[in-house]
Amino acid sequence: MSLKRALSAASPLTLRIVAQCPVTKARACDLILPHCAVSTPVFMPVGTQGTLKGITVDQLEGLGCQICLGNTYHLGMRPGPDLIEKANGLHGFMNWKRNLLTVTVGFRWCLLLSSQEVTEEGVKFKSPYDGKEILLSPEKSISIQNSLGSDIMMQLDDVVSSTVTGPRVEEAMHRSIRWLDRCIAANKNPHKQNLFAIIQGGLNAELRKACLDEMTQRDVPGFAIGGLSGGEEKDDFWQMVTLSTDHLPREKPRYLMGVGYAVDLVVCTALGCDMFDCVFPTRTARFGSALVPWGSLQVKHKQYAKDLRPIDPDCQCPTCKRHSRAYLHALFKSDTAAMHHITIHNIAYQLTLMRSVRESIVEGRFPDFIRTFMKRMFPSRDQYPGWAVDALASVNITLE
Amino acid sequence: MKLELSRVVQGRSRLGVLKRLGRAGQHSLEVPGCLLYTHLGTVPHLTQDTLHTQSNLPSVTQVTLSNIAEHQEVLEEFKDGFRKFSGLHDTVLYCSLHDPATPCPTGYTTNKTVSVWGSGGRIELTVAKFMTLQRAVQPDWYQSMADGETWQSNTSRKRVRKSVDRTLAHLDECLLVHQKSQELEGVEVFGAVEGGDILEERVRSARETAKRPVAGFCLDGLQTGSMDQALRTQLITAVTKELPEDKPRLLQGVGRPDEVLECVDAGVDLFESFFPFQVTERGCALCFSFDVSPDPERAVLELDGEKEMAGETQQNGDLNLDDQTQMTSFEINLKDKRYQGDFRPLVEGCGCYCCKNHQRAYLHHLLVTNELLAGVLLMIHNTAHYHGFFSALREALANDKLDLLKRRVLRERDGQT
Repeated sequence: MSLKRALSAASPLTLRIVAQCPVTKARACDLILPHCAVSTPVFMPVGTQGTLKGITVDQLEGLGCQICLGNTYHLGMRPGPDLIEKANGLHGFMNWKRNLLTVTVGFRWCLLLSSQEVTEEGVKFKSPYDGKEILLSPEKSISIQNSLGSDIMMQLDDVVSSTVTGPRVEEAMHRSIRWLDRCIAANKNPHKQNLFAIIQGGLNAELRKACLDEMTQRDVPGFAIGGLSGGEEKDDFWQMVTLSTDHLPREKPRYLMGVGYAVDLVVCTALGCDMFDCVFPTRTARFGSALVPWGSLQVKHKQYAKDLRPIDPDCQCPTCKRHSRAYLHALFKSDTAAMHHITIHNIAYQLTLMRSVRESIVEGRFPDFIRTFMKRMFPSRDQYPGWAVDALASVNITLE
Repeated sequence: MKLELSRVVQGRSRLGVLKRLGRAGQHSLEVPGCLLYTHLGTVPHLTQDTLHTQSNLPSVTQVTLSNIAEHQEVLEEFKDGFRKFSGLHDTVLYCSLHDPATPCPTGYTTNKTVSVWGSGGRIELTVAKFMTLQRAVQPDWYQSMADGETWQSNTSRKRVRKSVDRTLAHLDECLLVHQKSQELEGVEVFGAVEGGDILEERVRSARETAKRPVAGFCLDGLQTGSMDQALRTQLITAVTKELPEDKPRLLQGVGRPDEVLECVDAGVDLFESFFPFQVTERGCALCFSFDVSPDPERAVLELDGEKEMAGETQQNGDLNLDDQTQMTSFEINLKDKRYQGDFRPLVEGCGCYCCKNHQRAYLHHLLVTNELLAGVLLMIHNTAHYHGFFSALREALANDKLDLLKRRVLRERDGQT
C-alpha cells in the first residue's frame, strides 16, 4: 500500500458516495466521522457556546441530529480551552456524544467586531468581554480546536465581506492559503480531528479558481466554500458555489458555510454541496418564527391566537404532536419555553427537509422533489426567485 | 375529592392521600405535598420532554388566573377547557387566583372586584367575570375569588376585616354561580381563609368559611415576606383548629423548606411549588440535604459534606422578609467563580437529568454566557430536588422523624457545621 493510501486509511473521515443524481450535481453520501456516521446532504444546527439555545443534548439527539457546530472564538474566550480540555473536550463538557464541527470565528461576528486588525500574524480583536486585545493566529485557532476535540475543525481564514471588491479580496485569498498551511502544520491530532480548508476569493471567479487550484493541492479531508452568504447578490452567490463544486474533488465533502434557508439548501445541494450550517432556523425560532414547507409562520402574530392547528399538521416533531399555534401564541406571553418549542420544531424542519432531499437522491427522483418543493414553497411560478431558477437550470432542472 | 389521613401527629401534622381527584376521580395526591407550578400550564422553561425526564411528578398542575385571564376569549371559543387547549393530557388542573411568584401591585381591590396582572396589564375581575373564566378554563378544582391584600405590614385592622368580609361574600356568590353552571359540574371549590396578621380575624374567617360547602381551604395572605414564621405558625395553628379535619388545607405563597416544615407542623397539607422556580431565576441550585437516614457511616460522610456545604452556601444572616429574590442557604449560586472548574454534579446522588448528565462547571458556563439552557437544566434539578424534599417529608412523618428532618433542614438554613 502506498504511503499516501496508508495515511488516508488513518484519516478520521471517510466519505462514501451512496448515490449521485444523474441530472444535477447532487450526491447522497455517508460521511463517517469519529463519533458516528452522518448522512448527507446534512444541515448542522449551530450551538455557538457549547449549547444549542434552550435545547438539551437528549432533545437534539432525539431529533436525529448527527453533527452540530461550536464556535472556537467564543469557547476560547469562555470558558477557555484549558477548562474544556479538563472536561474531556467539548464533547465531554456539553455531554454531546455525536459529532462536532468547530468554526473559527464566524463570518458575521467577524465583520461586526470593532477595531479588527488583520496582519500576516493573525486577526487582532478587542474582546467584547473584558476589552483585552487578543491575537487569533492560525496556530492559536488550531490549538484551541485541538483542546475542544471537535471532529471537524475549520482553518482560520482571512475573511472579507462578500460585498467588498478590489485588492483586499485577492490579498485575503492568498493569505487564507498561507494560513491553511500553517493550520495544517499546527494540527496536533490529524488522526482524530479533521481539518477543512475554506475556499475564498469573494465574488471574483478568477480569484476563486486560483484559490481552488491551490487549496485542492493540500491533503485535507474536506473543503468548505467560504466568504459567501453575507449579503451579496444571489446571482453572484450561486455562481460562486457552482464554480467551487466544479473544481472540488468529488471524493471529499463540500461544506457550504452559513447557508440555511430552505430554498438555498435545496438549490445548493443540486449544485453539489453536502454540508450546511446556519444560525437562522434556531435564531428565528426565538422570535416566534416557525419554518414550514410553505414559508414561515409568525406564531406571535395575532392571527394565530385562535388557530388550533399545529404549526404543521404533517410535522412529527414533539411540538407539533402536542401543541397548537394558539397555545404557543399564548405561551409566548408567559414563558421562555415557547421559544424552545419553536426551536425544536425548526430544527426538526431543517433535518427532515435534508432527510427528504437525501431520500429523493438515493431513489433517483431528486429533480421531481425539487419541483414539488418549489411548488409548495411559492404560491405561483412567477414568484420563484430568479436566481434559484437560473441555478437549477444550470444543472438541468427546468421548473414549469 | 376525599382526604384519607393515615396519621395525625400531635394533633397537627397530617399524613395521607387526597384521593378521587380529576373528573373521573382517577388521580390522587399524597399529603403533605405540593402542586406543580406552571406558567399557563407549562412548568417554567420546560417542554414536555424535559419535564418528563422526571418521574413522580405531582398529579395536580397549578395554573393561575393572572396568566390565563387575558386568554378568556380564546378559551371561550375553544369550548373544551384549558387542559385540552394546552396539551396537558393526564393531569388534574387546579386554578388559583394569583401567581405566587409574582407579587401584585396593591390598591386595586374594591368591594366587588379583585385584579390580576397579565402580559398586557391589569384585568379587573368581578365574581361574574371570575366565574365566566372558570367556566372557560374548566379546571378540576379552583380557588374562590378572594381579597388577600393584607400582607403589607401596616395594614389596618379595618382593612383586614374588610378582606375577610369581602372574601366570604365573593365565596357565597361564586358558589351560587357554581351550582348553576353545567360546565362546572364535578368541579371542586376551595374557600380562601383571610385575616391578615390578626388572630381574631383569622379565626372568624376560618369559622365562617368552614360553614360553606367547600371541598377544602386556601390559606391566603400568609405568604413568605408578609410575616415571620413564628406568627405564621401561630395563625395557622389557630385557623386549622377551626377547620374540618377531613378537608385539605392549601397554604399559598409559602415555599421555603424551613417554612414548609413549620407549616406542616401547624396543620397544612398542600403547598405551591414556585420556590424551585425562584431559585432557578436567580441562577441557583437547591442543594440542601433532607436525608434523615440512620446509617452511621453516612452520618459521618454527611457531617463532612455539611461542613463543605456550610462553606459553600451563603450565610443568610437576618432574613430580609421583603426580598423574595434573595438567595437562601438552601442553594448554591452557580455564577460564583468557585464553580468554574467544579466537575461534580449539582448534588451528588441526585437522579435528575441535569445531575446525571452535566456538571457544575457547565452550568456555571451557561450562566456566565447567559445561555437559555441554564434555565432549563436548573429548573429540572430544582424541581426534582424540591419534590425529593416533599417525599422525604412524608417519609419522616410516617416514621416519626419529623423533628429530625426539621433539625436537619434548620441546620442547613443556619449554615451550621
